[in-house]
Amino acid sequence: MSNRSLLLKLLSAAILFGAWEIAGRIPVSYAFPTFVESMQALARMFFDGSLFVAYGETLKPLVVGIAISAVLGIAIGLWIGLSSTFDWLFSPIFIVMQAAPLAALIPILVMAYGIGLTSKVFVVCIMAMPVIVLNTSGAVRNTPSSIKEMARSFLGTNWDVVFKIILPAASPVIFSGLRLGISAGFIGAILSELKITPTGVGDIITYSRSIADYPSMYAAIFSIIVLAVLFLNLLEKLEKTLFEGNYRGYASD
Amino acid sequence: MKIMGYRLPAMSSLILWGILWEIVGQAGVTFFIPPLSKVFVTLFEVIGTGSFQKALWDTAYAFFAGVFFSIVIGIPTGIMMGKNRLIDEMLLPWVNMFLSAPLTALVPVLMVLFGFGMKSIIITTTLFAIWIIILNTRAGVMQINRSMIEMARSFGASPMDAFFKIYFWAALPEILGGVRIGVIRAVKGVIIGQLLISIVGFGALFELYSSNFLMAHFWAVLIVLFALAFTISEVFAYLERRVAYYAAKR
Amino acid sequence: MAMPQTETAFEAKVDNAVAVRGVSKNYGDVEALKDMSLEFPRGQLTSLLGPSGCGKTTLLKIIAGLLEPNSGEIEVNGKAVTGPGPDRAFVFQDFALLPWASVLRNVGFGLELRGVARSEREAIAEKYIKDVGLAGFEKSYPHELSGGMRQRVGLARALSVNAQVLLMDEPFSAVDEQTRRKFQEDLLNLVQNESKTFIFVTHSIEEAVYVSDQIAILLPRPSRVSEIIRPSGFRNKDAASIRRDPEYLDIVDEIWASLRSYVE
Repeated sequence: MSNRSLLLKLLSAAILFGAWEIAGRIPVSYAFPTFVESMQALARMFFDGSLFVAYGETLKPLVVGIAISAVLGIAIGLWIGLSSTFDWLFSPIFIVMQAAPLAALIPILVMAYGIGLTSKVFVVCIMAMPVIVLNTSGAVRNTPSSIKEMARSFLGTNWDVVFKIILPAASPVIFSGLRLGISAGFIGAILSELKITPTGVGDIITYSRSIADYPSMYAAIFSIIVLAVLFLNLLEKLEKTLFEGNYRGYASD
Repeated sequence: MKIMGYRLPAMSSLILWGILWEIVGQAGVTFFIPPLSKVFVTLFEVIGTGSFQKALWDTAYAFFAGVFFSIVIGIPTGIMMGKNRLIDEMLLPWVNMFLSAPLTALVPVLMVLFGFGMKSIIITTTLFAIWIIILNTRAGVMQINRSMIEMARSFGASPMDAFFKIYFWAALPEILGGVRIGVIRAVKGVIIGQLLISIVGFGALFELYSSNFLMAHFWAVLIVLFALAFTISEVFAYLERRVAYYAAKR
Repeated sequence: MAMPQTETAFEAKVDNAVAVRGVSKNYGDVEALKDMSLEFPRGQLTSLLGPSGCGKTTLLKIIAGLLEPNSGEIEVNGKAVTGPGPDRAFVFQDFALLPWASVLRNVGFGLELRGVARSEREAIAEKYIKDVGLAGFEKSYPHELSGGMRQRVGLARALSVNAQVLLMDEPFSAVDEQTRRKFQEDLLNLVQNESKTFIFVTHSIEEAVYVSDQIAILLPRPSRVSEIIRPSGFRNKDAASIRRDPEYLDIVDEIWASLRSYVE
């Protein structure tokens, strides 16, 4: 069965890229290169190293921002999940942040922190943290009370309950929150490059657009999407291997 | 959280934060944070102005059009995917991919293909919202109990009847949930579209105010936008609650 | 016919591992337990039997130290209960296993929480895993086991900590009928071989009469002990013939007759 699904994936990819190629040849628009042209541009950037240099720039605020968001986000989420006072105080903030179009804040951040790494890291953080915090706090609060009670009946201390019961039980949801946070952070990183200062991959996009080098522009965009998708799929596989025990049912079924 | 035995309502800490905002603003700690009171005053001033009304109209138009398309295209797609295995296997990887891909990266493509106007913004909005609507609709359809489908057939229901009287209601809780999340994403989409594509609507106002350091105006508009997004989301949450009584027991 | 014995006659002859005195527990306006007093003889199995709402699980959790009573006191081995303790172990109705841990880790979990070193607790866990008949499944995960096997893990875990009082909350209600019967037989053997005190909550009359040395019948609204029955005649028969013993059948009928009117 997995052969069939792989085949179908390849088939649908072929259809999509084929359509792209055809659309480029018609051409749908002067600004729409064919699939082949875009791949050629991609190969060129890959081999002359410019792609790597660009990603080096782009990934810097992304990695730093995600690292900070993950650590802080999980810690805050844990605290919110455990303390009802903290929950009352801080959940609304993150719920508001989650729903608000934070992209509007980018110019403000730029004014406050300049156009360098700091404001880009900030952008990644404000985009990534809310979902990490809310997922973590939700998972912590929804830990089945049965196993918490069991731990207390066997003389578990509060520390035991947090580290041996709540965190392991919450990890799948926390991890999926991390995935969502990372993809939001990605959006933040690209957005800050397109809006704040062109560096890295965002620069390739804006520059090639301005000189009408559309194959390069599309190539860069294609590479971002592919990278993001690959990375997130990798994370999902990692999640499956780490949390094997959790994926096939619950002990109380 | 309880004070003296009274349970405090869920979002009420925002009042506390509001007071904090006022204090910090009055203290003049940073010019980025004007007093909340000033923001509200500005809000009421700004709402009546022509430029605000136009911005609201531009944004609302793009937003509602985007949401409309994402629902009208997304729900049927999700239903088809939920019912037909072949379609599902072909489309699902793409839907999942676009759900987590940084859609912002696609905006330059849209600009190049569809120009710098309203069309691109609407398409951006649709793109931001549609994937979660598709996925949730699909999930809603897939969890419909086999026996309900068999029951419909055993009583000779026509396809139209089956769809409108049974499947639609059975999948509705998930569909509503998906639309609610989609609506929030659509708000982000429309703002990001406006910031990147052509500076119109609220995006324009944000740019204008921030570059002229009119912070009170900036926060006022952000609050209005957020209030609108929240209201719409709550409308859907209300609808979800109305169907919740049967959602858990299907 | 079994005759309920008075409490004072009891105390004179039998040493009580657990004593409950005047315990009340309210949930808001609902009185789950009101002024309940009961004694549990050492080394024997006492059932708490009654229809839903009679407070039997509440009482069990109060004895376990997982709930606090609004009034009254509990003594275990003469010492007042203020919370969970090493002298009591609990077996849960829904098993309460860690889904992400192997059987070996689950069985050793009580010891892990007490700070016992890994090699020691694994050795103890392995012994009890064998005792409950799960040898070979040490590395399996809960989702790979049937309901009956999962409950045996829960039982092994409770036995591993070597507590003197074993509290069991409808432990067999979530498994199928055949497994349940086997468990009841195994429980009889367990009670014979271990010198522990068992407190067993159930809503099944047959089960209670089958396994218990003493049955406390609890009635709801307000919850109270209505009768204490000590089946005696067939206690020493082998597991298979108990279910056809006339005294067994009589007691079951009696209890049903008195509980019938409380069915909702």
